[in-house]
Amino acid sequence: MTKKVYLDHAHLLHLLKAMIRIRHFEAKCVELYQAQKILGFLHLYDGEEAVSVGVMEALTPEDAIIATYREHGQALARGVDPKCLMAEMMGKLNGCCRGRGGSMHFFDRKRRFYGGNAIVGGGLPLALGVALADKMQRRSAVTACFFGEGAVDEGEFHETLNLAKLWRLPILFVCENNLYSMGMAVERAEADIDFVHKASGYRVAGEKVDGMDVVAVESAARNAIDRIRSENDPYFLECRTYRFRAHSMFDAQLYRSKEEVEAWRKKGPILRFQTWLEANRLIKPEEIAAMEKEIDFEIAEAVAYAEAGGLEPISELERFVTMDEVPA
Amino acid sequence: MTVNVLMPALSPTMEQGKLAKWLKSEGDAVKAGDVIAEIETDKATMEVEAVDEGVLARILVPGGTENVAVNTPIAVIAEEGESVADTADHAPINRTGEEDKAEKQAEAPAPAPGQTAPQEQPGEANKAQTKAAVEAAAPAPKPTSVAEQPSPTIAPEIPPGTAMVSMTMREALRDAMAEEMRRDPTVFVIGEEVAEYQGAYKVTQGLLQEFGSKRVVDTPITEYGFAGVGVGAAFAGLRPIVEFMTFNFSMQAIDHIVNSAAKTLYMSGGQIRCPIVFRGPNGAAARVAAQHSQDYSAWYSQVPGLIVISPSNASDAKGLLKAAIRNDNPVVFLENEILYGKTSEVPALEDFVLPIGKARIARPGKDVTLVSFSIGMTYALHAAEELAKEGIEAEVIDLRTLRPMDTATIIDSVKKTGRCVAIEEGWPQSGVCAEIAMRVQQEAFDYLDAPVLRVTGKDTPMPYAANLEKLALPSAAEVVTAAKAVLYRS
Repeated sequence: MTKKVYLDHAHLLHLLKAMIRIRHFEAKCVELYQAQKILGFLHLYDGEEAVSVGVMEALTPEDAIIATYREHGQALARGVDPKCLMAEMMGKLNGCCRGRGGSMHFFDRKRRFYGGNAIVGGGLPLALGVALADKMQRRSAVTACFFGEGAVDEGEFHETLNLAKLWRLPILFVCENNLYSMGMAVERAEADIDFVHKASGYRVAGEKVDGMDVVAVESAARNAIDRIRSENDPYFLECRTYRFRAHSMFDAQLYRSKEEVEAWRKKGPILRFQTWLEANRLIKPEEIAAMEKEIDFEIAEAVAYAEAGGLEPISELERFVTMDEVPA
Repeated sequence: MTVNVLMPALSPTMEQGKLAKWLKSEGDAVKAGDVIAEIETDKATMEVEAVDEGVLARILVPGGTENVAVNTPIAVIAEEGESVADTADHAPINRTGEEDKAEKQAEAPAPAPGQTAPQEQPGEANKAQTKAAVEAAAPAPKPTSVAEQPSPTIAPEIPPGTAMVSMTMREALRDAMAEEMRRDPTVFVIGEEVAEYQGAYKVTQGLLQEFGSKRVVDTPITEYGFAGVGVGAAFAGLRPIVEFMTFNFSMQAIDHIVNSAAKTLYMSGGQIRCPIVFRGPNGAAARVAAQHSQDYSAWYSQVPGLIVISPSNASDAKGLLKAAIRNDNPVVFLENEILYGKTSEVPALEDFVLPIGKARIARPGKDVTLVSFSIGMTYALHAAEELAKEGIEAEVIDLRTLRPMDTATIIDSVKKTGRCVAIEEGWPQSGVCAEIAMRVQQEAFDYLDAPVLRVTGKDTPMPYAANLEKLALPSAAEVVTAAKAVLYRS
């Protein structure tokens, strides 16, 4: 039985704000990239915001998260300080990882945010290990493991789903199916494009969700988490979504048409949610304007914080390669 | 005419086993293929079949006998009609020519207790069997002794007067894990066949019984998966010991050892620790061919963020494994199947922990420095004995830890001797020896009287055939030749 998400005014504003924050944060990142203040790989989440925002609503602070190299959305939705994230993007000492990780490797131990993993599929067994540790230490936490549909072709997807069911570990698999693994369309990559069906091959229960609908994602995630906790069993969500921008900053997008992207933009999670809120008079235009102003102020603050941040001194280059040895 | 039935080997590395029981009695008729006895090792039970038809004339080794060396005659089969009593007077004919040598060797005096017998080359089957015969003829006593003067194979960290106990490296590793699991409830073991099977190489024997299936976790054959699970569990506060059945299979999981375990502390700016031990047998065993005979010492010791340990004896294995489990970093702990069954003295201390990153001078000398680790130490120590016969005093250094490498101990020695030979079983290019040579020329160039030489495994996949396998591995003779070369002696 589906438990309904309780949508009061505050919650509606919160969902919208969380998605707009990600969108605007990343738009600023693109600017900074063009100004060469952010370099290297930059994988934008533009279009997929409803997935991380919806799932994160269902998690408690005790729960854990492992994400991919496209993890700006998860980190922001989890509540990691945008200032620390922006500074990390710019490789500064005041970044969340002292500038050592960059865009693809956000970590926040206090929020149980275990990365930021830039190896496709690499996060799956790690997430299972976190779930195992929680279970062994009798914590009731659930681990949410985000991965793209491209990871399903890696062997460790299969290894992890098998072990998750075999050992009945508290893990929520969140497959962000944005239809392309880099430039490879899902139909060109998969003998079976039904990912829930694939999960069922390991007897892991799951469902498909409209990943462009934040309320649908939150509802599915809340039910999934309840089920994981009560039945002591993993669960699988396939969130159908779409990446509006290029895979990274070096992608001419020769593999899809502009028309296709435009058609998906019309179904975008922010546009759709906001239009619905406005049409039903659940939000006032001035509330949206105030929200956007607030977010932009927050992001300007984050940029200022990052710009003001220092660089790690050269003497620190080898720090944290290893922990100091524990005395025998 | 009578034929000897010989103690068979259960595995390429088996040197001795228990003759569990006889299924036939003296005087029974036997046909070829009849099961006449059962033998056991620490790994398995095996049936012994009669090869020839006849009468089981005499049982030479009674049922229940422990430590019967491979190729020891265990029974005599006489031809039908031949008098059983006659057999005692007839010299039995062995099935192959090799055992004559073994029997002759068996009469040779056994090494004195405490003295380390030079170890033979793995894969050199005849020699290994000879050694087994020697050991069986005079089984090494296993009482607790006292190390009044530390023997060369014992760590300098052990104070004189410490009570010592003889044990195999396999037992030492198991004890290290058990002690740490008793001490710290966050330590657990995960891997293939670690629990119900009692360990593919019996290193985890008994752990399931003591600690239960929640802390001794069997996995399917899913190396990438369980290595990653271990790393994730370490991120979240546990101290996993991940056993690879052999390190050959760690290639399936190397992404998590390198990308996840080694780099996360750094990438996270010091936030996420990964206290994990990856352990298992590494390198060549014997006659298991190319895919099961690779040495990963150079591979893992190249990676910043990892600690890499590779012990050569039971004492170091125990002290260093305990240190590895307590360490807050990911540790790759490279063991060796050939060394698992080797017995040496281990301090009978309640909590024996050795420092990581400290080499050990296994034999002092002044003429040439030999540097090695793990099974390479057997070639180095054997060569040192040979060199001593010619008046050359080699100093033998056991690195024990490959990363961080104890350069100071090597350099101090080379400054004294002016000459250096490095030894490893791994491949030559970009190997551990190459690293040692680099450090020596960088830090002791002015002290060198000759270029540094190395003795390594050959630049080839490991062949199966015994003759080729022997050629592919280093040997003590090659170490002797190299040592003389750096001394400009022939």
